[in-house]
Amino acid sequence: MLTLPRFEWVEPRTLDQLLDHLAAHAAESLMVAGGTDAVPNLKHRLHEPRYLVHIGRVEELRFVRDEADGLHVGPLVTLADLARHPVVRRDFATLTRAASLVAGPQLRNMGTIGGNLCLDTRCTYYNQTFFWREALGFCLKKDGAVCHVVPQGKRCVAAHSSDTAPVLITLDAEVEIRSRAARRTVPVESFFVADGIHNNVLAPGEVVTRVFVPARARARIGGYQKLRPRGAIDFPMLSVAFAASRRDGHVADARLVVSALAAKPRSVTGLDALLADGVLDDAAIERIAQAAAKQCRPVINIPYDEDYRHAMVPVFVRRALREALGLPPRAAREVVTA
Amino acid sequence: MSRIAVTFTLNGARRRVRVAPMKRLLDVLREDCALTGTKEGCGEGECGACTVLIDGRAANSCLIPAVHADGATLVTVEGLARRGGALSALQQAFVTMGGAQCGICTPGILVSAQELLLRSRGRVPGDAEVREALAGNLCRCTGYQKIVDAVRAAAREAMPARARAARRAPKARATAKARRTAKRARRAR
Repeated sequence: MLTLPRFEWVEPRTLDQLLDHLAAHAAESLMVAGGTDAVPNLKHRLHEPRYLVHIGRVEELRFVRDEADGLHVGPLVTLADLARHPVVRRDFATLTRAASLVAGPQLRNMGTIGGNLCLDTRCTYYNQTFFWREALGFCLKKDGAVCHVVPQGKRCVAAHSSDTAPVLITLDAEVEIRSRAARRTVPVESFFVADGIHNNVLAPGEVVTRVFVPARARARIGGYQKLRPRGAIDFPMLSVAFAASRRDGHVADARLVVSALAAKPRSVTGLDALLADGVLDDAAIERIAQAAAKQCRPVINIPYDEDYRHAMVPVFVRRALREALGLPPRAAREVVTA
Repeated sequence: MSRIAVTFTLNGARRRVRVAPMKRLLDVLREDCALTGTKEGCGEGECGACTVLIDGRAANSCLIPAVHADGATLVTVEGLARRGGALSALQQAFVTMGGAQCGICTPGILVSAQELLLRSRGRVPGDAEVREALAGNLCRCTGYQKIVDAVRAAAREAMPARARAARRAPKARATAKARRTAKRARRAR
């Protein structure tokens, strides 16, 4: 049995109390809402905070507001509540889908949208017990100086593993971030950085206080496809999100994001050129699938074969695009190319 | 390290315990409250053996610091039985249909299934819906089919008699006859 480390439990009731605490003790604090990821990580001694700051009782961070400018979601809304919310189901079906594909029911009942966005990256050499990591001499993400994934690598390549983030990027969503001193808003796409040790832009003392999905994303068609060993519980070993607006048979504002391969979700570039005149037909789907595969370079950061994950990129891109068009996952003849 | 007073409603009764902050809810239930029905499997939120209801929602008690449950209403597998200890319809269905084998996953599965039954009151959830609701509970013995059958049988049992009659109205006589035949066959054995 793995035990939790010693910590002091801090339970702010208001955002002000939370920001005050963080202003004074950010470096020694770990924030936890549902705890579904933080608690196993604590057991593995991946975090050793002096203060465990339980933000679950800051009620002002728990809201879903459907307004004219878009959907405002508080970071404490659980993934289960988000997936069941009637407005989310009606207007942002891919977000519902992504939220309901996270882990299993018990974890979705506790896990929150804010926690899923700020999810720690995952790696074979990181998500292990202290004993295991010590035996290998640790790694550069925690306690060590070398990377076991990329020999001589100086940058951590642990995998971004959030299911909701890729979808939020395709929906042009934004996060509001607050600290004692300031308030800022960043697009979800720029929220992440390509550094597996700390893969988002949150500075010490900052906390996500809102997720905002703009109204222009309401009518978008979209798809989310997740590759994992089992049909539940597992983190993605590859995830693909797609969204676009559709007007009289043509698509515009197409966004395609491939994730779970590196520390940052990858937005596939050049979609407009691949979508000649905005026609999303079988040929265009194939062009996009091949382009996505060219742009992605999986590494062996999670315990699944990187060649397999790479080979599945075009397959899952096709499925996501076909899902957006309301087509079955496979065309009559699907060509799998490595 | 200072202990923290935690108060919650456990299976209908108020409980107050003093716990260290790093003590998990699972340990408090098993050690401080002497309710050992809730099991520890993986301790990482994968297997679901430690599932309890927190304010009506299934959650893994091995991932919850006990202080997190302050003020909550908890139901463990011990809270499912009727007053006096008689098995609930759900538990009885597991016994009748062979939904339990070695038993380590059973408490967690019963609790997850209970959440589903509370949510889908008045209708029988489909096979896929039951499987989705139990997706966070691993069982290495049964192959799941008998578990799914037991949950659906319990849901049918829980439906008001009139709704049940309406559901099977077209084939009522045939099913009743089949049931009588099955009963006779069982007796003969």
